Amino acid sequence: MKITRDRLMALLFLAPSFLLIVIFVYGFIGWTGWVSLSNWNTLVPDMSFAGLKNYIYLFGDYRFQADLRNTVFFTILFIGFVIILGLGLAILLDQTKKGNSLFRNIFLFPMALSFVVTGVVWQWLLNPSTGFNQFLQVFGIQPKWYTDTNILAGFQWGSIEFGLPVAMIAVVIAAVWQMTGFSLAMYVAGLTGIPDELREAARIDGASELQIYRKVILPMLTPITMSVVIIMAHISLKIFDLIYAMTGSGANFVTDVPGVYMFETTFRGNYYANGAAIAIIMLLLVAVFIVPYLINSRRGAS
Amino acid sequence: MVVRKIAKYAVLIAIALFFLTPVCVMLITSFKPLDEVSLSEMWSLPSAIDFSSYTHAFSELAPNLMNSLYLVIPATLLSAILGAMNGYVLSKWRFKGSEVVFTMILFGMFIPYQSILIPLIQFLNSINLYNSIIGLIFTHVVYGLPITTLMFRNFYANIPDSMIEAAQVDGASFLGIFRQIILPLSITGFVVVAIWQFTNIWNEFLFAVTITNNNAQPVMVALQNLSGSQIVQWNVQMAGALLAAMPTLLVYILLGKYFVRGLLAGSVKG
Repeated sequence: MKITRDRLMALLFLAPSFLLIVIFVYGFIGWTGWVSLSNWNTLVPDMSFAGLKNYIYLFGDYRFQADLRNTVFFTILFIGFVIILGLGLAILLDQTKKGNSLFRNIFLFPMALSFVVTGVVWQWLLNPSTGFNQFLQVFGIQPKWYTDTNILAGFQWGSIEFGLPVAMIAVVIAAVWQMTGFSLAMYVAGLTGIPDELREAARIDGASELQIYRKVILPMLTPITMSVVIIMAHISLKIFDLIYAMTGSGANFVTDVPGVYMFETTFRGNYYANGAAIAIIMLLLVAVFIVPYLINSRRGAS
Repeated sequence: MVVRKIAKYAVLIAIALFFLTPVCVMLITSFKPLDEVSLSEMWSLPSAIDFSSYTHAFSELAPNLMNSLYLVIPATLLSAILGAMNGYVLSKWRFKGSEVVFTMILFGMFIPYQSILIPLIQFLNSINLYNSIIGLIFTHVVYGLPITTLMFRNFYANIPDSMIEAAQVDGASFLGIFRQIILPLSITGFVVVAIWQFTNIWNEFLFAVTITNNNAQPVMVALQNLSGSQIVQWNVQMAGALLAAMPTLLVYILLGKYFVRGLLAGSVKG
């Protein structure tokens, strides 16, 4: 009898939160999906059914095509640098024991800052007429950073020029500065988890330090790399505040992303149905990464 | 061997300098008097320490700093308490389907909040909480549930089940075990979760900028407005950025160890 009363209490403990999640996550996503299929592109709600009109409009839209291109290149560069820098620094810290905690703290502190603060500061550091350009001037280079409208290796695709938008590199630098701490912390935790006996055994077998890293340690860090890729990918697909604070959508939308477009078209332009459609596309992109990851890691845990 | 060691430190120091540069520029600029603030003199030190940019930035941001404080304290506490309750059930009182419930809750952590923003604003509007700090508190509690639940669940998973079983044999109930065994062991868990939520809610921007305008705005929105305004000098912007970042930066400096634990807990497996 007692056990069942306890079981009931357990369910009552969990129920409020679960109900909130069901309504405010799943219910609201459903409602956003419904809005995205409506004609509500004015200040006054108009929920008449529009079919896929808003989606068709977006995929033909110059700005949204530019957003997708920017997201692709931002995601690749951002994840690549966060992993290389985080792993490299973690290995360096693994080898140099002295002053480790000081260095780790320096690499990690940007994680405690807001993307808005990062945006405000880097906006000045990468401003073409000041900041780093005053040092680069000595070498005769003056990059235009986030004001550059060039598309590297571009070719016409749809209504946009598809290629790497040079302006995005400035945003990548700021984002990498902020988020490298995450991958570093993950890799440091992973490296401390590798027992010393394993390295000793490899050394006794005559492996060089480089071989130990390549053959023993890096393969053991693969699950961590997977986690970092997934977490960074979902951050990069959702990114809004950094770009909104640092550059805005930029000339020719060279630094625009779906998050910024959704915000501006919905809350500045009152195109609610279009904004909802952008949000649903963002959700689907994130879900492609997150759902398999969640299912996989839950299965491994239980 | 020595050469390689020096080379390693050289690389570390170079990258550390790169990481510190933005903070140095913020500090240098924010202490400059107005007549030394020019684009060509960004890197030169101020001739004298001048606090006028701080007084200016503070007068602009003070009401918003208070808003952020009123927002972050209740939101952190409430989401931590709910997270502890959920974590207790999901780790020690599993039932058929509890893993599915947990995974469903977790998914809420990863969604782009744009995908719930339009209904959320309609909802807050209908209960008269739009443009209010209470509405923002409610929002942060709800969407903070996944991460706080995850953190507490992983934290409680480390408490041996045998302790719970022994207490049950002694006749302790569900609530008794929570109060007398789980909560006293949860202090570290609460510190980690509270620091994480404090940092996240303080730094959050999307909810803040869409749910509030003018007098209810948290500090990050006010900072963004300050930096977007053409008439505000950038020494004031830098001082403002530093003021807005100060609370989370202090928490990191004082309690960095717990912050990193929260960071690692966010990767699902913990």
